Amino acid sequence: MRIGDAKQTYVADEALWTSSTQQIWFGLLLLALLVFPFIANSYLLYLACLVGIAVISATGLNILTGFTGLISLGQAGFMGVGGYTVAWLSLHTAVPFPLALLAAGLLTAAVGVIVGLPSLRVKGLYLAIATLAASVFLHFIFSEWTSVTGGMAGLSLRPAQLLGFSFHNDFRMYFMIMPLAVIMLLAARNVFRTRVGRAFIAIRDRDISAEVLGIPLLKYKLLSFGLSSFYAGVAGGLFAYFFRVVTPESFPLAMSIFYLAAIIVGGMGSILGGVLGAVFMTLVPEGLKLLTAAVTPFYPQAPVFMSPLLGVVFGVLIVGFLLFEPNGLAEIWRRIRRFFHLWPFRT
Amino acid sequence: MNVGGAVYILEAVNVHLAFGGVAALRDVSFAVPEGSITTVIGPNGAGKTSLFNCISGFYRPQQGSIRFRGEDISRLKPPARAALGLARTFQNIALFRGMTVLDNIKLGAHVHLKTGLLGALAYFGPARREEMAVREEIERRIIDFLEIDHIRRQPVANLPYGLQKRVELARALAMRPTVLMLDEPVAGMNREEKEDMARFILDIKDEWDVTVLMVEHDMNMVMDISDHVVVLNFGQVIASGEPSQVQQDPAVIQAYLGDGDVETLRRRLNLKTEAA
Ligand SMILES: Nc1ncnc2c1ncn2[C@@H]1O[C@H](COP(=O)(O)OP(=O)(O)OP(=O)(O)O)[C@@H](O)[C@H]1O
Ligand SMILES: [Mg+2]
Repeated sequence: MRIGDAKQTYVADEALWTSSTQQIWFGLLLLALLVFPFIANSYLLYLACLVGIAVISATGLNILTGFTGLISLGQAGFMGVGGYTVAWLSLHTAVPFPLALLAAGLLTAAVGVIVGLPSLRVKGLYLAIATLAASVFLHFIFSEWTSVTGGMAGLSLRPAQLLGFSFHNDFRMYFMIMPLAVIMLLAARNVFRTRVGRAFIAIRDRDISAEVLGIPLLKYKLLSFGLSSFYAGVAGGLFAYFFRVVTPESFPLAMSIFYLAAIIVGGMGSILGGVLGAVFMTLVPEGLKLLTAAVTPFYPQAPVFMSPLLGVVFGVLIVGFLLFEPNGLAEIWRRIRRFFHLWPFRT
Repeated sequence: MNVGGAVYILEAVNVHLAFGGVAALRDVSFAVPEGSITTVIGPNGAGKTSLFNCISGFYRPQQGSIRFRGEDISRLKPPARAALGLARTFQNIALFRGMTVLDNIKLGAHVHLKTGLLGALAYFGPARREEMAVREEIERRIIDFLEIDHIRRQPVANLPYGLQKRVELARALAMRPTVLMLDEPVAGMNREEKEDMARFILDIKDEWDVTVLMVEHDMNMVMDISDHVVVLNFGQVIASGEPSQVQQDPAVIQAYLGDGDVETLRRRLNLKTEAA
């Protein structure tokens, strides 16, 4: 591909959607997301909201772990900071939800930057342990700082507000969560079209050469921690608005592992991967539950062995991805697309 | 610094570097004339790469200093030295394997770009214009020049060795270097690739106004394109000067070829040059 007419073609070549087909598909996707709440039943609506929150959080973790190569077990703690911030603001002030979410994101980003400080010295498993320790510490604060967090009983929230409009059911919450998820995804995608995102990936791939190119490691590692935590904080804030209660148990350690699994299954270092992983990790357990319910009339014993089986099936799926498709669902998706792209010609 | 007409852009002054008890560099001093191709040669383990690492700022010499345009830069961290225009490639290629050729090269331009986090998230206005401008510059000045347009979209991990070396050079050029440091630029290349690389290095010196400091084992190439040669042996500078001078130096011949018969060895060195 030789580029003749400079300006015009570079713009096209650097565009987010490089073909009009892609633009059309993206438009259709947006339309589907818009129509969905009007035709979905309450259970699907509930799931869609959960998926939206998970997508934002997984994308945040993917920025840090998938793109910058800094492994973190602190995601649940970060979401907790966002959740408690929103809950506290909702109880003590009348700020509209966008401001509350922004505050949640910024405060969590600040916490994330502090937690990220050791990342200049420690890597890999050691960083995982350091972030785990931070998470345990945050959990301790959630349960012990009773005057602010309500201790073990937690905090209950009033519905999110904006200009007198109240988001008191899943239908309305959907219209808060989904647009935010779409915007935050596009923003994350944008970061990786610029020097900031390239610096993150450079640090992941080879930090020595990153330094030779003039990339200050600490600055960009902290930037990545901050950005990632911002996403986690907003996701935690949405979580609080959605369930309208936060307790220390809303943000268990298992949640950090859930998100780590999501980006591994979906595809580390791919925005699409974070999305697919979040969808997969949220929906597969639900699907397995539905399956159990469906067979119970025929095999009344089903729940007895199916519920432990759920965990096993889930685990096997994750290990399967690690073994057979380390690039995750995103890679499988790319292969499918390539197939249809060339269809009916054989590759 | 200006000594007897020549302007030295980069100097090492009494640099001493030891790992544990083992000295890798002993009292190393030399100067790189601005606009020259200066080559550091020496047997394996002589300390050439260590010297490069001292100049880039990865190793902190225990004594001595590195000067850039006469100023002591010994205390600067690697990114700050990059901002001065000290660009380099590595002996064992250090590309970002997860990225395409184009993104690798764009990373070279990092210090010349300004987009911050907010601009990056929005990718609008200045951030977008900056990306277009850097793309345009890279296409026009580097990709065409190094003849790598056919691979710009490919992940670097899949490329053959020779091309990877070329991409690493492209990335260093995107830094708009003042001094380009190349650690064994033609190692492992076939004859044709070597000739291409030699031509690129000469063109870079002439057309880009860049001073080249290189480490190389290929004597033909060294004698062909260098203006100035520094010989390192066991961490010490044992000779320096014009290629033809250095080539005749008995100490150099001895260092390179052990304690063998100096006459035959000298002939071998000369033969190599003539074959080029
Ligand atoms: N990080 C390090 N730690 C300990 N010793 C080191 C380190 N780096 C280099 N050395 C030692 O310093 C000496 C010089 O090594 P260096 O890599 O600079 O040699 P070189 O001249 O580049 O050799 P080659 O031609 O093989 O690339 C060697 O003895 C090497 O073992
Ligand atoms: Mg070396």
